This record gives sequence, structure tokens and C-alpha cells, in this order.
Amino acid sequence: MPAPESTAFAAGLDTLEAQQVPAARRWPRRTAAQAAPPLLAVTLVLALWQAAYLLGFSDTLPAPAEVADDLGAAWRAGTLLPALGHSLARCLFGFMASAVIGILLGLLLARIGPLRTTVGPVLGALQSLPAAALVPVAVIALGESESAVYAVVLLGAVPSIAVGILSAVRQIPPQLLRAARTMGATGRATATHILLPAALPGCVVALKQGWTFGWRAPMTAELITSTQLPGIGRMLDEGRNQHDFSLVLAAVVLILALGTAIDVGVFGPLERRVLSHRGLAPDTMSA
Amino acid sequence: MTSAEVHLEQVSKVYDDSPVLQNIDLHLAPGEFTCLLGASGCGKSTLLNLVAGLELPTHGTVLAPGRPALMFQDHALLPWLTAGRNVELALRFAGVDRSAWRTRAAELPRMVHLSEAYDKRIHQLSGGMRQRVALARALAQESKVLLMDEPFAALDAITRDLLHGELTRIWEERKLTVLFVTHNVREAVRLGGRVILLSSRPGRIARSWEVDIPHPRRIEDADVTTLTREITASLHQEIIRHACT
Repeated sequence: MPAPESTAFAAGLDTLEAQQVPAARRWPRRTAAQAAPPLLAVTLVLALWQAAYLLGFSDTLPAPAEVADDLGAAWRAGTLLPALGHSLARCLFGFMASAVIGILLGLLLARIGPLRTTVGPVLGALQSLPAAALVPVAVIALGESESAVYAVVLLGAVPSIAVGILSAVRQIPPQLLRAARTMGATGRATATHILLPAALPGCVVALKQGWTFGWRAPMTAELITSTQLPGIGRMLDEGRNQHDFSLVLAAVVLILALGTAIDVGVFGPLERRVLSHRGLAPDTMSA
Repeated sequence: MTSAEVHLEQVSKVYDDSPVLQNIDLHLAPGEFTCLLGASGCGKSTLLNLVAGLELPTHGTVLAPGRPALMFQDHALLPWLTAGRNVELALRFAGVDRSAWRTRAAELPRMVHLSEAYDKRIHQLSGGMRQRVALARALAQESKVLLMDEPFAALDAITRDLLHGELTRIWEERKLTVLFVTHNVREAVRLGGRVILLSSRPGRIARSWEVDIPHPRRIEDADVTTLTREITASLHQEIIRHACT
């Protein structure tokens, strides 16, 4: 048994050197602290918008209240929710399909060198294409249909997710794999217990990027295609055709609000949780 | 020869036509604590990798029982797991029965004075605590041979001194065969029963010292200081030799 003096010395040293974890705040205060900055930002934007309207910077710029009225009218007319539902459903299905294909492709790229050297640059090139450039390609190939919208989502989101997954796997510290080998981990055990958890932060970032593309692309497709595909993109198009700036801004506000809600409500907490477990989230790095 | 726990005979390792290790003959007796010392490029870590089975020798034979446990300079703990779960995972990989994981995983951190850190994540621990968890994880492998690749090099002097004491105690209690790589001569004399100096490019055994200083040793002991001076002089000679080539 160790000498009591050495035990006390070790305990003292541990107390002095270990990271002090601040006591967790109660949830109402924590939620208030998290919600305050974005609410402040929204208030600031609305204030600037109202000021620009009152100062008459533009003849066509509507007041924030007019845009809110348009949204209210669309809600009462029963057109807002279906538009939202259609766009969201396209994004979700497109994103889920992209996630499955992108993750598998990313893992294959990480595993197979020749595939990485041949397919990798193609995926990199596809990533640089905006959704607006993919819409005509999809429309000519598949006709003006839902399939064309999904093709646009897949062509944009899959490369983004696959490249993100590849880089997440390649950034795993080789020391962890060496440690696993010396401990006797087999191929499957290494994949389950080392590779996947080590790549998880990068995978979440890759999926977040894929979602960002998946959210924007259907809107672009709805806007560009001449077939009447219901959705928020169609709302934008109607506003443009009627020179209704207020309706256009209402659609933009909706796109922003929903995109931010998913980012803040789903990917934000997921990313924070994954990073904080690894001591990488900002709130765990300060101490 | 057969009584040795670890046995290297005429071992050479060549990378891209460049010899890193040449004709190494090394036999570690059961329960022996051997420190491997040398300047940069002497192949210390390569030799450890060969014994760990992470690499194969270009020539010669390496015999080590089962799978030796290996400790790194960078703790190489899994940051998404708690200290206790890191030890449990090593038990799982070692094929220990699931029902025994929790008890064994609690027992090992206790051995290195880390019971309170069991449920803490790695980033919440100090450098010294992380290395003690890494030691507990290495002990979980139940190997009689413990390989250590400069495990305390990144620690401050006070923590390093504490860990020297801990390691010596565990080595004596568990009767482990330890091969400890370091570039710190004083550390080698403080810990080892034998200190081996490797020459550089290619790495060869230049000289070996038996350390007869009884344990417990202190880093500031006169005997430790005297032998440290002697080994340091030989190490300097080895380095100077490269200035002439």
C-alpha cells in the first residue's frame, strides 16, 4: 500500500491541477442566457429595418409590420402551413437520403484509397456548384417534377456530407488507433469503440453542412422550375411576379426563421453535447 | 535465454534503405525494470514498437509474451469516455468477463489514487492524472510486460517525481517487467535496475549500466546524481561522435 503521505500529496496535487468545473446554472437562467443574444440580434435587425423604412431609404421597402400582416393573412388563408409543410418535407426527405448515401460514401472514401483519389476530386468540384446551377441539369434530365428537386438536394448535399465524413475520419489521431491495437482491439471493435466516436464531432459538422444545403436547395428549385411546385420558394416566386416586396420579404423571413430554428434547436445542442463531452465546447475550454 | 520475459536477438529495422536499429540483442528478465536511453534518432520508440508487436523487424527475432501493454507520452485516452470507462474498455478488449468490468475498473484507478476521478472526463483531469489513468488502463491488460514510451516527458517536475514513486511502487507490487524509454538520464537512474544507452543512426546498444542503488530512490540522492553524471558523459560522447561524421 502507498504511504499516507504520498496519497495526500497526490490528492493535493490533483486538486490544484485538475480543471475546476463551474457549477451548472439552473435551467431558467441557462435558457435565458442562451436565448438573449439571438433575441437581441433579431431586435436589432428589426429596429434597423424599421429605421430604414421611416427614413425612406427605399420607395419599395415595406415596414416590418406590413410583412407580419402578410404572414398573418397567409396563415388565415390557410396557405402558409401547406407551403411550409411541402418545403420542409422535401428538405427532410432529401436530407435523410443524402445523409445515408453521404455517410456510406464518406466511409468508403476513407477506407478505399483508389476511390478517394478518383471520386474525391469530383465530389470537391460538385461542392462548388450552387443549387441554381444544378436545377437546369436536373430539370432537363428528370423533367419538372419532385424527382428533379430531390436530385438537386442529393447532388449538393451528398458531396458535402461525404467530404465532411472523409475529413472527420482522417482527422482521428493515429495514437488512438495505436492504443487500440496494443489493447487487442479487432477491426470491428476498433470501428465501434474508436473510429466512430472519434469521428463523431466531424460527422455532426458534415451533417450540419448537408442540412444547410438541403434546406436551401429545394427553395431554389421551387423558385426556378416553371411547374407549380407548392412551397416557400413558390411564395417567393409569386411575390416576385406580383412585385410584392412585402410577400417576398415574408417568404425570406420564413426561410430564415425555420432554418435558424433547426440549426439552433437540433444541430446546436447536438454539436454542443458532442464537443463538451470531449472538452472542446467553448464553455469547457475557459477554465 | 529462455528465462527472459522479453527477448530480442540480432534485431534490425530498416526504413526506406535507412537502418534505424542494427543488431540489437536485448533480454529482459521477469520483473526487471530496464530504461532505454539515447539521443534523437536512436530508434528508442521503434524498438518499443517492435516489442509491442506494432511493427515487425527487418531482421532478427523478437519474443514477448502475449500482448505487452504500452503507455505513450501522449496519454492516448479516449476523450469521449470517463476515466473509468477508458479502463473498462481496456478490460473489454483484454477479454475480461463483462460482470467483472465494473469491479476491476474501480480497483485499478484506486491503485493509482484516482478513485474520485472515475466518473470524470479526460479533459477535466490534470496531465499527471491523465497519465495515471493511462497507467491504470495499461495495467488492465493484465500483461506481465509494460512498455513505456517517454510517459512522463510532458509533465512538470513535481508531478513527474510523484509518478516516479507511483510507478516504482506498482512495479514492485505487481512484479512487472518494464521497458521504459526516456531521454532523461536522471529519470532513467531514478527508476531503472538497468540503463541501456543506444547510439544513434543506426541505433545500437552502446553501453549498459546495472543500477545497484536500493529503492526507494530520490531524484536528488547522491548515488543517483553520481551515476547520472557518468551516463550523461557517455551520452554526450555519443552525440559528439556524430559531429565528427
